[in-house]
Amino acid sequence: MIINHPLLGPRDSAEFVYLGDASLIDRPDPETATAEDWHAYGYLRDNPAGELRELWFHEGGDRSWLVVTRNTLTHEITSVEMARDVARAQGRSK
Amino acid sequence: MTQKNRVSGGLIDRATTLKFMFDGKSYEGHPGDTLASALLANNVRLMGRSFKYHRPRGPLTAGSEEPNAIVELRGGARQEPNTRATTAELYNGLLAKSQNRWPSLAFDAMAINDRFSNFLTAGFYYKTFMWPAAFWEKLYEPIIRKAAGLGSLSMRADPDAYDKGFRHCDLLIIGAGPAGLMAALTAGRGGKEVILADEDFALGGRLNAETGLLETGDWLNATIAELSSLPNVRLMSRTTVIGAFDHGIYGAVERVSDHLHTPDVGKPRQILWRIYAKQSLLCAGATERPIAFENNDRPGIMLAGAVRTYVNRYAATPAQRVAVFTNNDDGHRTAVDLQARGVKVAAVIDTRADAPLADAYEVIRGGQVVDSKGRRGLTFVEVKQADGSMRTVECGALGVSGGWNPNVHLTCHQRGRPTWDDGLAAFVPGGELPPGMQVAGAANGVFSTHGALTSGAKAAAKMMGVKAAKAPKAEDAPVSQTPFWYVEGCSRAWLDQQNDVTVKDVKLSHQEGFRSVEHLKRYTTLGMATDQGKTSNMGGLAIMAELAGKAIPEVGTTIFRPPYTPTAIGVLGGRMRGMEFHPTRLTPSHFWAKERGAVFVEVGNWLRAQWFPLPGETHWRQSVDREVTATRASVGVCDCTTLGKIDVQGTDAAAFLNKVYCNGFAKLAVGKTRYGLMLREDGIAMDDGTAGRLAEDHFVVTTTTANAAKVYQHMEFVRQCLFPDMDVQLISTTEAWAQYAVAGPNSRRLLQKIVDAVHDISNEAFPFMACGNITVCGGLRARLFRISFSGELAFEIAVPARYGDALMRRLMAAGEEFDVTPYGTEALGVMRIEKGHAAGNELNGTTTALNLGMGRMVSKAKDSIGSKLSERPGLNAADALMQVGIKPRDPGDKITAGGHLMLLGGPVDAAHDQGYVTSAAFSPTLGSMIGLGFLKNGGLREGERMRLVSPVTDLTVEVDIVSAHFVDPEGERVRA
Repeated sequence: MIINHPLLGPRDSAEFVYLGDASLIDRPDPETATAEDWHAYGYLRDNPAGELRELWFHEGGDRSWLVVTRNTLTHEITSVEMARDVARAQGRSK
Repeated sequence: MTQKNRVSGGLIDRATTLKFMFDGKSYEGHPGDTLASALLANNVRLMGRSFKYHRPRGPLTAGSEEPNAIVELRGGARQEPNTRATTAELYNGLLAKSQNRWPSLAFDAMAINDRFSNFLTAGFYYKTFMWPAAFWEKLYEPIIRKAAGLGSLSMRADPDAYDKGFRHCDLLIIGAGPAGLMAALTAGRGGKEVILADEDFALGGRLNAETGLLETGDWLNATIAELSSLPNVRLMSRTTVIGAFDHGIYGAVERVSDHLHTPDVGKPRQILWRIYAKQSLLCAGATERPIAFENNDRPGIMLAGAVRTYVNRYAATPAQRVAVFTNNDDGHRTAVDLQARGVKVAAVIDTRADAPLADAYEVIRGGQVVDSKGRRGLTFVEVKQADGSMRTVECGALGVSGGWNPNVHLTCHQRGRPTWDDGLAAFVPGGELPPGMQVAGAANGVFSTHGALTSGAKAAAKMMGVKAAKAPKAEDAPVSQTPFWYVEGCSRAWLDQQNDVTVKDVKLSHQEGFRSVEHLKRYTTLGMATDQGKTSNMGGLAIMAELAGKAIPEVGTTIFRPPYTPTAIGVLGGRMRGMEFHPTRLTPSHFWAKERGAVFVEVGNWLRAQWFPLPGETHWRQSVDREVTATRASVGVCDCTTLGKIDVQGTDAAAFLNKVYCNGFAKLAVGKTRYGLMLREDGIAMDDGTAGRLAEDHFVVTTTTANAAKVYQHMEFVRQCLFPDMDVQLISTTEAWAQYAVAGPNSRRLLQKIVDAVHDISNEAFPFMACGNITVCGGLRARLFRISFSGELAFEIAVPARYGDALMRRLMAAGEEFDVTPYGTEALGVMRIEKGHAAGNELNGTTTALNLGMGRMVSKAKDSIGSKLSERPGLNAADALMQVGIKPRDPGDKITAGGHLMLLGGPVDAAHDQGYVTSAAFSPTLGSMIGLGFLKNGGLREGERMRLVSPVTDLTVEVDIVSAHFVDPEGERVRA
């Protein structure tokens, strides 16, 4: 597969390490989260036949974490974003 | 007589004669021959024995789809089994052996199987060898494997090299026949980057195998010359595109040296290319399909198109008298070409009642071949004529044509499923093709030469947005293919000749309820041999459809997967074998350690000194015990460069470490180091190490050797994905610094000779857990950490990596007066077990901070990764496992890691399990073996006597549960 890195252009997926569902960005707020929230965050994942947002780490490159939207049926990649930008857009900060 | 069956013409170089051996007999051929064509020229039709019944077999085809002529090529370590004689290029000195026969090809003892064929039908293995189950592995399978095996391996290391390479192009054209050549001309003239790959050693496809396709005879050579002259076109012959992978990535195997006796010096045997193509055009042509009839597998019976290839391209006829059995006009071409070369055409048997007649040879209209004779080679065929009468046609070879199947394979490597074309009675590319791929020529069902040429040009022109090249005048005969799969009434009519699957087997499997095409395939093994059923799958499908009363497209096809043709594991591995399987990382003291005669051990990618044997030491334990004792008595030095080092900088560096470590780092003073435990978010311990604060905004974190990459990745995840606004930067500096542990009561005295005098490293000025930037050896920048893994007074000193070798030599010279001892990873391990420090065996992915005896380290005053889920009740049960020390009652007894702790009197079973041992070593300090382990509620069970049981090593030992800190439990030494 080829991942179109937002900063570095098209790169072979062999340069990357795969982590999984991008929902890992949504770490519960430790002040307010319930045990159920932590359980869902830690253990529950959707397994869609279709578009999935997932985290890839450019270990053989610039060490960016990316959010890659990939169709699990066709492997078509429709969007690649810097995970940091995604995290900020979702309200994460310090 | 040599080359008795050589005819005139052909693309062989008669000026040069090549000698080769087949089954110990010497023959001659010419450059341009394949092994199969040279053998046929020498009147050898018998080239192998079939897989199951050991029936005599000759080549069916003249290409990579060959099921029968499978040989062992070359000798010695280069011996390669299961090589197709039809694609093996002839070279001087070629050595080949037939396979799957004993004692000889002409007389094969296992051919007795053929007499028992009634018992060896479809599903035979499943039915016969079911009982008793235990017999399968030990008795049946070895016997079957021996009897049914294909070629044999040399059992020696492959002496050849294999490479991997990468190429990019605008258009990858797969197949250099008429369509592929026109596409290359079109895109090449248009200035596009083009790769034209073909599995054959000669470009041209069927243009090399047929006569009269083009009006101008030199078009092929002129076209190859023009393409060779274009700098933007790369011609890759001997290159098979084996797979179409995601996003326009194609795998291709180039056989660089297979046509040579041995590869040229410095050249690989094969190269695996990864081709990144913006678009691709599949011009893979078509494969002829046979017609099944009784005993259709005798040597001499082959596809009609293959006969033309042998006669026209290789100037070799399979026999002096040849008949043809066909259901279409193509068979007649074979007769015409044979006659042109002076070969006698016995008859053309055409299933069609209205078949065209010819003056030059006899045509048996509406005839069918119903049987053949000749044990080791065809002698005659039995023909049933249109009026039902029988007739014998004498012939040494029979060309069979049932029409052609487009080579759709690569279109199916992702989601494509071929669709049925009624007009062609064949599957054509359909469904979702790999993105960026189009198909032209015969592969797309365009069978005339004119059609192939123009469809290749048009497709390339459209894809590349350039002008189509003009095609030469070419044959444009209308194509009519009607289905004719097998002759009525036959039973031992071979469909899959390589796996010995007959029409009867397909019928039997249907009768026994295997109705899905995938079930049929697995039950009968149809299409599961090395040729992947390229000539046989369609016949099987057609018969199955007929039995089920369905149309062929309703039955569907099995799935084509990469690779297109058999691919050597060697070329997939490339250079990555033996020690080159992964990179080898050497420590800065490696060459020094080698000089000292160190024994090395692989730790991840690293080579680390395991121990340093001295003259007279004959057992590793002697060396390791000495290293431990000497370090604890005076001073030892160990290279710990391999531990991961991560530089953490920024105004939020301390806040960041507070997140990744479960214990607090915000209040750590500059110039101090702290032990830190990292948890996974689920509360399980991930890694441990130290973090030294060199400045308000600068920490140096260490990780274990094994987890260095993983911890770095995790920290970047926390930084980028969870706390994106923290002002903190990370960089791995593992390779940048050479770091040595200097341990033992004399370690300070030794370092004082190395560290520049301006830096006071006395206990008062540089106490336990201190750290700082210093200089050594007269101004060289260095870092010093007063940390201890051994439990002794100890330091870790780091210098820029390029000074690592020099520093080690300097430490050894300066330490002579203290009898300084280098120690390896074994002594390091013994000392950390003696001290009770957890390592990889304890941080094993199942243990929590609580289990490790560090439950109170998990700060409740702050949020950190894993802190919340570590509070789960299940991880905090009253009888949770806790780390303990284990000592045998009898100092002579053994302790083994993996052994389980049981109550002295209770039963020994999983239900009564109390815990387990994670690490064990002989402690020279205590004079017995000791162990670390986890025991239920272990914190309160010190002094208890238990049993250590290891059913695996048949061990039962009485042990005492003790403190995990065998040495200096109060920690006085580290603070000295």
